[in-house]
Amino acid sequence: MTLPEIIRAPWPWYVGGPLIGLMVPALLWLGNHRFGMSPALRHLCAATVPGNLTFFQYDWKRSGLWNLTLTAGTVLGGFIATRSFAWTDIAISPATQASLATLGVHDFTGLVPREIFSWASLFTLRGIISVVVGGFLVGFGTAWAGGCTSGHGVTGMASLQPASFIAVLGFFAGGLLGTFLVLPLIS
Amino acid sequence: MRRGLLLHFVLGTLFGIVLTKTQVISWFRIQEMFRFQSFHMYGVLGSAVLVAGVTRRLVRHSVSVLCGDLDDGTLGPPPGERTRFWAGGTLFGLGWALTGACPGPLFALVGGGVGVMWVAITAALAGTWAYGYLRPRLPH
Repeated sequence: MTLPEIIRAPWPWYVGGPLIGLMVPALLWLGNHRFGMSPALRHLCAATVPGNLTFFQYDWKRSGLWNLTLTAGTVLGGFIATRSFAWTDIAISPATQASLATLGVHDFTGLVPREIFSWASLFTLRGIISVVVGGFLVGFGTAWAGGCTSGHGVTGMASLQPASFIAVLGFFAGGLLGTFLVLPLIS
Repeated sequence: MRRGLLLHFVLGTLFGIVLTKTQVISWFRIQEMFRFQSFHMYGVLGSAVLVAGVTRRLVRHSVSVLCGDLDDGTLGPPPGERTRFWAGGTLFGLGWALTGACPGPLFALVGGGVGVMWVAITAALAGTWAYGYLRPRLPH
């Protein structure tokens, strides 16, 4: 492969997974911080509309400025990477393509199915449930569980926290429910 | 302080690039995972956990790695909590399957040009806020 091809190619799991894992020691080393992305949502609430809720009564700048800065970087990273990326090269499993075709998803070329995640389909039943209800549950669930895929899934499991194993089992219970019960209902 | 923030910004940028290049932000990859039809996401998560578990021991740190709320420990979870992890985890997983994105990827996706994900982020903020509101009445 030539260099431009290597830059444009998608990365296999054994490249990306270990790099994601290195976020944990990198953040500990940089500022003694625990890797997790969902606190950004809490900090944003605390910074904008804390109300009178004790959950949002804390010094968000002191606790969360590093996390919000990290999150801002993540947005830029997504921007940079999609500009150097040939998405059509990603091979989604044929079995998944067949399953999704029965749900009315036929375009497998993007980051997300355009048939669901676009401004045009936002106000369809499937659009509202996928984007608005799904987003709400992500924010609610992660706050209740005290972590998301990074906080519980990576940091918590890597430090063998029983709570995180329970949370990850919950992630999969919910994910299976969404995939096999809700998606067919709204398609 | 400024230098520290700059380094966090750079680290976040690298994180966003890795999430995107490894297709963790792809709704299709999440569907493959929940349908058990590809090893890709299991490989990503498994190797991330393995590398994090080994390398975190190489860094001297004092932060509690218990999964709680804020890492300065001011509002950490009281010991003995159980319900919140499976109940909150299940609701989160349901949302993850629907949006195809957890919080990190949501932000990488808006950077990647999927503008409608701003709506999902706004909804996630509303969800976090609703939790803050209902917190005294929810079992933990």
